Amino acid sequence: MRPFTYERATSAQDAAAKVAATPGARFIAGGTNLLDLMKLEIETPTHLIDVNGLGMDKIEAIDGGGLRIGALVRNTDLAADARVRKDYGVLTRALVAGASGQLRNKATTAGNLLQRTRCPYFYDVNMPCNKRKPGSGCAAIGGFSRPLGVIGTSDACIATHPSDMAVAMRVLDASVETIRPDGTTRAIPIADFHTLPGQTPHVETALEKGEMIISVALPKPKGGTHIYRKVRDRASYAFALVSVAAVIGKDGKGAVALGGVAPKPWRVEEADALLPKGSKAVAERLFAGATPREDNAFKLTLAQRTIAAVLAEAKA
Amino acid sequence: MTEGYGAISRRDVLKTSATGAAIAGSLGPGNVAMAQAQTAAPPHAAVSLKINGKATRLELDTRTTLLDALREHVKLTGTKKGCDHGQCGACTVIVNGRRINSCLTLAVMHEGDEVTTIEGLGSPDNLHPMQAAFVEHDGYQCGYCTPGQICSAVAVLEEIRAGVPSHVTADVSKPSPMTTTEMRERMSGNICRCGAYSNIAEAMAQVAGVKA
Repeated sequence: MRPFTYERATSAQDAAAKVAATPGARFIAGGTNLLDLMKLEIETPTHLIDVNGLGMDKIEAIDGGGLRIGALVRNTDLAADARVRKDYGVLTRALVAGASGQLRNKATTAGNLLQRTRCPYFYDVNMPCNKRKPGSGCAAIGGFSRPLGVIGTSDACIATHPSDMAVAMRVLDASVETIRPDGTTRAIPIADFHTLPGQTPHVETALEKGEMIISVALPKPKGGTHIYRKVRDRASYAFALVSVAAVIGKDGKGAVALGGVAPKPWRVEEADALLPKGSKAVAERLFAGATPREDNAFKLTLAQRTIAAVLAEAKA
Repeated sequence: MTEGYGAISRRDVLKTSATGAAIAGSLGPGNVAMAQAQTAAPPHAAVSLKINGKATRLELDTRTTLLDALREHVKLTGTKKGCDHGQCGACTVIVNGRRINSCLTLAVMHEGDEVTTIEGLGSPDNLHPMQAAFVEHDGYQCGYCTPGQICSAVAVLEEIRAGVPSHVTADVSKPSPMTTTEMRERMSGNICRCGAYSNIAEAMAQVAGVKA
């Protein structure tokens, strides 16, 4: 790990302004992803601003319905919140499907959204990777691509976003609330929060320099049946090959988002409209224009079957 | 149990060999820049912790993980370093009542926190019920993952009692039942390469008062 200086933030705006003004500065909260990457020198911050003391750890009701989840709410606490379990079951299900108990106790809501890909070539510093070192190439293309993306990828990067939580947030139409270094705030729809790689795979979100997530807002409960189905190589503590987050009403209408297949939680609103027609129609629309590789083409079949299983469960 | 065997511990021998290797490695011209860079003192910071009930103040290189602070600075070597990347669970300790991977957190981020390690749970003369159950059920073979397994197991039972849901909870709108299925799922962040899992599950079931 490279040496760095350390300070505790005094306010959200102060932290944002310092990260914007200090070269090499980064926020640290749970640290479970950042420290892992710092040990490998994939991340090399020279100054860390610890935001853990800023509060932002409450889940509050929003007037008119909905919940505002503080950026520092730990994954365990979000999953265990009575209101989330009752009205946003897909979110609890997605959270407990991810990582381990130890990691969920530390990992934060904002950090979960911001975690980096688990592409093996991103982690291997001896290999080219456009995300880790822009312009160096992509070893995953033509390499071992089984865990990697089949849609939304580019000829510069085929990494997937690893979060389970974010897939549930996408199906729930969450919005990411931030503060900028100048103190202004904004809300970014989760659909626009993560960006596609194109030719700049090192850019992963819509956040500006120094901009910090302060909370995530969930709109009022949608009702319906909430399901998160994750398919992986082990029954526990493994990243998704394919996952499906779904909220389905009694009339068969609803919304689905997929994990494990794309650089961001993958949802296509026109595919939602096809839910009453069944999994084939939904999967065909979700994966229109997909560019699977030999090793990961199975994800298209697996995704359709997982959607079919989810629709059957919703009907049961 | 913080010292080695007599005057020279196994750890001292390992340290000495590591130094020897570093000197040998630094002889090449390519390592001059690295050696110079290392002479500038890296940033340090102070942190006060309560470790196993004892107030402890440390002045640390900011890069020091909680795991390294416990092992190398406080000399509590019961907590083990396995993968050092949050994948194996050997470093699990309980901080403010919650189990975490001590390898994936910086010591300086824990100002004022209460840390419980395997040494704080019990002692050879006064075992914690979970320690005693691991002994009774052979919940280990080589023993390296055991401190992490035990710290995790103690916290897992608390998590179930507190109503934290898990991946195998059938209805997340209700409290999770105290079952071995729940315990096994929640222990997935603790890897045992000797494969003592079934015995660990039996030990946990005994402490929880349920049928294994």
